Amino acid sequence: MAERSFRREVQDLKLGAGAEFRGEGILAITKALLQSGVGYVGGYQGSPISHLMDVLADAQDVLDDLGVHFESSASEAAAAAMLSASVMYPIRGAVTWKSTAGTNVAADALSNLASGGVIGGALIIIGEDYGEGSSIMQERSHAFAMKSQIWLMDPRPNLPSIVSAVELGFQLSEVSNTPVMLEMRIRTCHVHGHFIATDNQKPAYSLQKALANPRRDTGRIVLPPATFVHEKEKIEHRWPAAVAFIKAHAINEFFGPETAELGLILQGGLFNAVLRSLQQLGLADVYGNSQVPLYVMNVTYPIIDDEVAAFAASKRAVLVVEEGQPEFIEQAIATLLRRRDIQTVLSGKDVLPQAGEYTAEVLLRGLRSFIETHDRHLLGNAAPFPGPDAILSDPAIRALATVVPPRPAGFCIGCPERPIFAAMKLVEQELGPRHVAADIGCHLFSILPPFNIGATTMGYGLGPASASAFNVTSGGKDHRPISVMGDGGFWHNGLTSSVGNAVFNKQDGVILVVDNHYSAATGGQDILSSRASNPGRQTNNSIVAAVRGIGVKWVRQIDHTYDVARLRDTLREALTTPQGGPKLIVASSECMLNKQRRTRPLLAAARKAGKRQVTERFGVDEDVCTGDHACIRLSGCPSLSVKHTDDPLRDDPVATIDETCVGCGNCGEVAEAAILCPSFYRADIIHNPTTTDRFLARMRATVIGWLQRRRDASRIVFPESTAS
Amino acid sequence: MNELSLKSVVLSSDKPICLAILAMGGQGGGVLADWIVEVAEQQGWHAQSTSVPGVAQRTGATIYYIELLGGHHGATPTLSLMPTQGDLDIVMAAELMEAGRSMLRGLVTPDRTVLITSTHRSLAVSEKIVPADGEGDPELVATAAGIAARRLIAFDMQRMAEAVGSVISASMFGALAGSGALPFPREAFEAAIRGGGKGIEPSLKAFSLGYEAAGLRQVAGPIRKPISKQFAPTPITTGHASLDAIVGRITTGFPQALQPMLLVGARRLVDYQDPAYAQQYLDRVAAFVARDPLPGHAIGQAAAKYIAVALAYDDVIRVADLKTRSKRFARVRQEMGAADQQLLQMTEFMHPRGEEVIGLLPVHLARIIQARPALFRFVDRVVNHPRRVRTGTIAWFLALYAVSALRPMRRGTLRHAEEMAHIAKWLKCADNVIDTNPRLAAEILATRRLVKGYSDTHARGAAKFDRVLSAVPLLEPRPDGADWLRRLREAALADEQGKTLEGALRTIATLDHL
Repeated sequence: MAERSFRREVQDLKLGAGAEFRGEGILAITKALLQSGVGYVGGYQGSPISHLMDVLADAQDVLDDLGVHFESSASEAAAAAMLSASVMYPIRGAVTWKSTAGTNVAADALSNLASGGVIGGALIIIGEDYGEGSSIMQERSHAFAMKSQIWLMDPRPNLPSIVSAVELGFQLSEVSNTPVMLEMRIRTCHVHGHFIATDNQKPAYSLQKALANPRRDTGRIVLPPATFVHEKEKIEHRWPAAVAFIKAHAINEFFGPETAELGLILQGGLFNAVLRSLQQLGLADVYGNSQVPLYVMNVTYPIIDDEVAAFAASKRAVLVVEEGQPEFIEQAIATLLRRRDIQTVLSGKDVLPQAGEYTAEVLLRGLRSFIETHDRHLLGNAAPFPGPDAILSDPAIRALATVVPPRPAGFCIGCPERPIFAAMKLVEQELGPRHVAADIGCHLFSILPPFNIGATTMGYGLGPASASAFNVTSGGKDHRPISVMGDGGFWHNGLTSSVGNAVFNKQDGVILVVDNHYSAATGGQDILSSRASNPGRQTNNSIVAAVRGIGVKWVRQIDHTYDVARLRDTLREALTTPQGGPKLIVASSECMLNKQRRTRPLLAAARKAGKRQVTERFGVDEDVCTGDHACIRLSGCPSLSVKHTDDPLRDDPVATIDETCVGCGNCGEVAEAAILCPSFYRADIIHNPTTTDRFLARMRATVIGWLQRRRDASRIVFPESTAS
Repeated sequence: MNELSLKSVVLSSDKPICLAILAMGGQGGGVLADWIVEVAEQQGWHAQSTSVPGVAQRTGATIYYIELLGGHHGATPTLSLMPTQGDLDIVMAAELMEAGRSMLRGLVTPDRTVLITSTHRSLAVSEKIVPADGEGDPELVATAAGIAARRLIAFDMQRMAEAVGSVISASMFGALAGSGALPFPREAFEAAIRGGGKGIEPSLKAFSLGYEAAGLRQVAGPIRKPISKQFAPTPITTGHASLDAIVGRITTGFPQALQPMLLVGARRLVDYQDPAYAQQYLDRVAAFVARDPLPGHAIGQAAAKYIAVALAYDDVIRVADLKTRSKRFARVRQEMGAADQQLLQMTEFMHPRGEEVIGLLPVHLARIIQARPALFRFVDRVVNHPRRVRTGTIAWFLALYAVSALRPMRRGTLRHAEEMAHIAKWLKCADNVIDTNPRLAAEILATRRLVKGYSDTHARGAAKFDRVLSAVPLLEPRPDGADWLRRLREAALADEQGKTLEGALRTIATLDHL
C-alpha cells in the first residue's frame, strides 16, 4: 500500500481513443505503455518514477483485463533481468527505476541483455535524478547507454512527445534488436500536461503463449563464442538499423529557419528551457518559433551522423547544449566534424558549464555568450532581459542569507526512526563517538542536525558491507562500528551483500536494521517484511528469520522503536558483548506517514460510531521548561518547536508542541531516558467515554478538586495580573 | 542571409504568467499548484505545473513552478519547466523564511513580482537546537520584501486556515485569488476547490478568509515579532498585609525604572516560596542598587532579574507544585482542545535521581548520606527509575501533592543550602568588581542565564557558568572586560558542548598576553 492512493489516476489508464488524458508526465508514460501493447512491466520504486509503479500497483483490474503482468521487482537488477522475456519472444516489456543509482544496480543484467539483443521491444524508463530535487550522486545514464549499446531517448518535455517516444521506442527496439532507454528528467516526470489518448492494446504475443512454446537459441546466450558475434552484430546490423529507423521516422526534430549563421544542437529534454532562453534574448516566442535553427535530439544515442553533419555544415558555428558531464555528445560531434572535415566552429561546454543542471539562468548566459561571439547583431534590437542582479546586490537582500535557515528534508512528525537515533545519540554520549556507516533511505536523515550520526553511504543495502574493512580487533570492543540499513535496503541487496558478507567474514560490528514496514522513502510501497496483508504479494516475511537463516547468531528484535531506553540498552549490549561476529538489531515500528493514512479514517469512523477511543498528544508545561532545548537536540520533530513567552524573567524561548503532534511518544521517552526534564506530559483524550470512565473521572475530580481548592485557599499570592 | 531568415519568422510577443510556490514538504504545495492549474484550464488557458519534490517531501524546502498562458492563438505553447530569476510575476511562500529564500534566489524582482507570503514561522532545526534563542530575525525578511517585491501581500495564512479546520494551501489560494494577480473571477477559484479532494467546506472557508484578507487590505500585515514581555501593573492593594509590605517597599525604596522587574521577581518568589523569601530577594537586590554607579541602573536591572531567577531554582517541590495546580489542569484541557464531553488524562514523564531525593532531605541527614557512597548508591538505585506519573489519578496526585507540601520546609533542604551557597559566591563575584569595573559586575549578574535545565543539562549549564566566570580575574582590569564577558556568555549559549565557549576563552587568554 503506497503512501498515496492512485484510484483516480487508475481511471485515467482506462481512457479510450480520442479522450483527453490530463496528468503528470510519469503517468502519461504509464498510459502510453498500455497503449503500446506492453506485455509485462517491472521496476524498482524511487523518485522521480515511483508513481509509475504506484499507479500500476493500484491498477490490477486494468492489467488483468489486458493480460499485462506487473511486478514490484526486488531490485533494479531483478527488473532488468525481467527484460530477458523479450530476448526469445516478441513480447514488449518495460521496466523503470531512478538513475543512475538504479542503473548501477541493473548494469549486470543490462550488459547481458544488450549483448544478446532482443526481439520484443524492451524499454527502460529512466528517472534521471539529476539537478535540483535529486537525492543521489550526480552522474549521467548516457554512459551506460554507450557502454552497453542501448539506445537512449530524451524526448521534448511535453506529454504528446513523451507518449509518442514510448511507442517509437518499442519499435526502435524491435527493428534494431536493442533495448532502449527512455530518459525522463525530474521536472518532466512531474510536469502537468495533456495528450489525446488511444485505446489500450493487448499484447500481440502473450506471456502464456511464450510459456507454451518455449524457444531457445544458443546464439542469443551470452557465452563465447556467441559474445564475439554479438559485438559485431551490434555494429554491423543493430546500429545501422537503428539509424535508419530514427531517420525514417524523423524522431529528431528541426525548428527555426532552414538557413542561418548559427545553430543549436540540443537534447530533447532541454528544449523548453532553451526555447525560453531564446525568448528572453528576443530570438524565439512561446509558440516554439525560433530565429535560430535548432536540431533537437529526441534520441541522444546513437547520434545520427548525417543529420548532424548536414545541420552543422551549413552554419558558421553550432552550439551543443548537453546537460551533465562528460560531454559525450559534443565529443562525438567533434569527432564527426573532424572526420568529415567540416570546418564549422563547435561550441558547447566552453560557454556552458561543465557540471551541474542547466537551469534557465545558466542557459541564458551560455546562449548569450555563444551568440555574442559568433553573430552579435542577432541580439541587436532585443531589449536586455531584466535579470535579478540589481536586487540581489542590495544589502537588504544579501542580509537574508544570515537568517534564512537551510531546510533539508528530515524525519516526519512521529517518525519511528527518530527514537532510534535518539538512542544512538545517548549511547554515543555514554560510550563515546564511533564510526557509523549509513545507508540509503529515510534513516539517512540522521546525518543532519540534530543527530549528526553517520559517516558514509555507499549504496542501497551496503551500509554494513561498507563497514567491513573495520573488522579488526586492535581497536578493541569499545570502538565497534555501527552500520545502519533500512528494511528496503535489506531486501534489495543487504541480506546477502551486507549480512551474509558479515557472517562469512565474522564481522565484529553492530548492524542496525531500521524496519518501518515499507519502502518508506520512495512512497511507502510494500516489501517482503511489510506487515500489511497484500493480496497480490507475499508479505510478512520476517527479517529476523532471514538473518538467522543466513547465520547471524546475535539477533535482537525490538518491535517498538519508541522505547528509547530499551533501544539504548540493546545497543549498549551489542557494542560491549564479548561475542564475535555481527550483532544485528532489528528495530521495527510502522512508518508514521503510512500509519496515519491507514488508521486515521478507521479511527474517525469508529469515533463517529460512538466507540470509546483514546487519542494521544504531547504537551509542554511552559513554566517547568527552562528553555535549554536539550529535548530538541534529541528529536528535531517538526511538531516540537520553541516559542517566546511573555515572562520577563525568561531570556530564551521555551519548548512547545503544536497540534500536528501525533503522540508517538518520543518526547516523553527521550525526556525519561536522557533524564532531561519533567516538563513533557502526554494528554490522553478519551472520546465517547464509558460509564466507568465517567464515574472514575467524577471521583477523581471530587478528591483532586477538593485538595486543589484547599491549597489555593491557603496560598498567599499576588492577585492575578490583569496586565495587557 | 541572416536578414532574410529574420524576416521569415514572425515572433509572437505573448508571455505566460510565471508563478512559483515555495513550500515545505507536507504543506500541500502540490494541492495548491493543482488548484491553480485547474482554475486556469477551466478558464480556457494553457497551464503547466512542475515540481521537484523528491526527498523534500519529508519536511524539506521545495518549489513548485507554474506557467499560465491565455489561449488566444490556438497554438500550443512551449512553457518552461523551471523559473528564471527576474522573470516571475507571482511568488507564493508558505512560510516567512521561505519568502526570504525566494528573494535570496532572485525570484522576486521589484519590476515584476507580487509576493504573497504567510508571515508565520515554522522554525528550522538549526534554529531550534540552539541552547538559547536561535530564531532568525523576521524583520529582515519584511525589510527585504519591501524592497524586492512590486507588491507584498503578507499575513498569517497558517493560523487563518487552522482557525476553520483547514490547511494553509487553502488560505494561500484565497490570498492569490484576492490579490487580483490572476485575471480569473473568484467563483472560478472556488470551483477548483469544489472540483475535488477532501475537506471542501473547510477549504472554502479558509479560501474566503484569505481572499478577503488579501483583497481588502492589499497591504502587508505586520511581520510577527517575538512576543513582548508582560509586566503586571503595580497592584494598589493585594488583600494581604505581607504582600502590601512588599509592594510598598518596592515603590518607595527602589528607583522607578527597576520597579516593574522587581514586582515580577517578587511575585514569582512569593509564588515559589513565601513573602519572606521575596523580602530576602529585595535585600539582595537593594545591596547592588545602593552601589550601582551605571546610568539606567544597569546593575540593578540585572540584579532584579537574575537574582529572582536564581532564587526560584527548579527543584522537585516546584515541579510537583506546578504540576498539581488547578489552573494547570484547566490550561491543559484548553491547549489540547478537549471538548466538554471528552475526558482527559495526563501522564508526566519523570525520572528522579538519587541526587534529587537526597537534595530534598534536611541538610544534616543529606550530608550523612552523601558521605557514604554505598548508601548514596543504594538510594539512587531505589529512586533512579523513570516514572510515568498519571497526575489525574488520586494516588499519583496525592504523591505529587505530598511532595509539593514540603514547600514550607524547603529552606532546610540540602538543595537549598547548595543553591544559596552558589548564589552567594556568584553575588560576591559581582560585588567584588562593582567599584573597579561596574559594567563587568552587571554582566556577571547576567551570566546567570547560563544555569538552566534539570539533571545533566543543569550540570552542563552550571559548568559553563563557572567557566565563564573563571575569566573574571583576567577581565576585571580591562575597560572592555564587560564586553568580553558578554561575548563569553553568548559563546556559551551557541552550542551544547561548549566548544564555542572554549574557543572564546582561549582568545581571552591570548588577549591578556598582548
